[in-house]
Amino acid sequence: MKQYLLGVQLDESVRESEEEQREQMARTGKVVEEMKAAGVWVFVGGLQPSHASTVVRPTGDTITMTDGPFAETKEQLGGFWVIQCDDLDQALAWAEKCALACRQPIEVRPFNDGSEE
Amino acid sequence: MDVDDVFRAEYGRCVATLTRLLGDIGLAEEAVQDAFAVAVQKWTEGLPPNPGAWIVTTARNRAIDRLRRESTREARHAQALLLHQPDEPEEVGPVRDDQLRMIFTCCHPALSPLAQTALTLRMLGGLEVPEIARAYLVPEATVSQRIVRAKKKIRDAGIPYRVPADADLPDRLSSVLTVLYLIFNEGYASTSGALLRTDLCLEAVRLARALTELMPDEPEVTGLLALLLLTEARRPARVGPSGELVLLPEQDRSLWNRSLIAEGHELVSRCLRRGQPGPYQLQAAINAVHTDGPATDWAQVLALYDQLLAHTPTAIVALNRAVALAEVHGPALALAAVDELELPGYHLLPATRADLLSRLGRTAEAIAAYDEAITLATNETERTFLEKRRAHLVPDTGETLRPAE
Repeated sequence: MKQYLLGVQLDESVRESEEEQREQMARTGKVVEEMKAAGVWVFVGGLQPSHASTVVRPTGDTITMTDGPFAETKEQLGGFWVIQCDDLDQALAWAEKCALACRQPIEVRPFNDGSEE
Repeated sequence: MDVDDVFRAEYGRCVATLTRLLGDIGLAEEAVQDAFAVAVQKWTEGLPPNPGAWIVTTARNRAIDRLRRESTREARHAQALLLHQPDEPEEVGPVRDDQLRMIFTCCHPALSPLAQTALTLRMLGGLEVPEIARAYLVPEATVSQRIVRAKKKIRDAGIPYRVPADADLPDRLSSVLTVLYLIFNEGYASTSGALLRTDLCLEAVRLARALTELMPDEPEVTGLLALLLLTEARRPARVGPSGELVLLPEQDRSLWNRSLIAEGHELVSRCLRRGQPGPYQLQAAINAVHTDGPATDWAQVLALYDQLLAHTPTAIVALNRAVALAEVHGPALALAAVDELELPGYHLLPATRADLLSRLGRTAEAIAAYDEAITLATNETERTFLEKRRAHLVPDTGETLRPAE
């Protein structure tokens, strides 16, 4: 079994209506139910927009803090799923469902399971 | 036959089988290379009766030895895979289905198109990195980097090594066919340098043939093979004595390869009998018309392009359809169709316009269109061809060469 991160690439410059957000929640909720039923679900989380984030950066032994995300781009990580399945094809099939449910691009990224050299 | 010949013929097949046994392309390649190193020493007195089977067995034993010495998690996993295949007979040769698995892995849509073609040529075509680099006119380092990265992604992202499930097959198969088509096309109308790079064409035909044998019930696979054969058959006539491009109507048909044409026509009629047309079958049918009899039946070609356009409504298909339209209904109608198309950067759009304009006697506009096409063409042979066409148009009355404002 491999684990995959399905990250939602959210365009933060687009504002969605509350109704659209509710519908989206309902659709993604359904995908989560399906994942649980199929035994692939590990974790799901939606994130606050990037205005709420803070980067903590080590400089030698001291720490500096900066307001905002790593990179100031309009596309930010909006939320993510963690699933476990046999291979990339299965992960891609789930990512398709996620992309259709939240109407955003999904990045599929395998976890490093320590099997590398 | 010597070890080199066996290497060329069996390398890809042996790696495919070892990949199934070991679960990893990189380990499979190492094992097969080990086995060939042994073969070089042991085959001095002559080849074994079944060299492929010998390589697979030796590679497998070598891999077990190697894995026993290593203790990584991956090695233990591969070893477990190897030791748990007790049903298999001792003397197994390369298994045909393994090649099919390998094609689908190499052409996985999660890999970049360039990585797909390089990997397919390396793993299935048995081409060495320098050969691929020469064929694509890119540095060897670029090709080997592309292949290394692709193999790393296959392993790290968990791209499976199997033929896709029925539900995914149409999409995945179409990506395999695209790769084979692109390999052929790169050889046939290469983006730069000499017009024809025969080895790529032959390799694409060989791979399409192998795929047809592996998937005889997929009409689009048969269609692609027929398309490649009917195009390949005309290759000897496509370039003139001094390396210049010769278009279909001017080609010396006696130079065409009759046996490839016969084979292509047979495949096209097999497709017609099946009655499940698709883009490759329709293109093959168009090429069957081009190669049937002393001259092209353009009305039939146009009817097939109508079908193809309904199937694949792209500007390139529409442009090719316009060429047939000009032959059947005249250049004015065709020009109107071409003027509706947008294909930024594609030299054949202005080249087609130029031809239609010159047939309509609109010389100044034709010259301007040729100039545009010449600027866009990346292939030396095609550029020379367009320049020659343009030169024919220059009015000999001493009038200005500049196109009308």
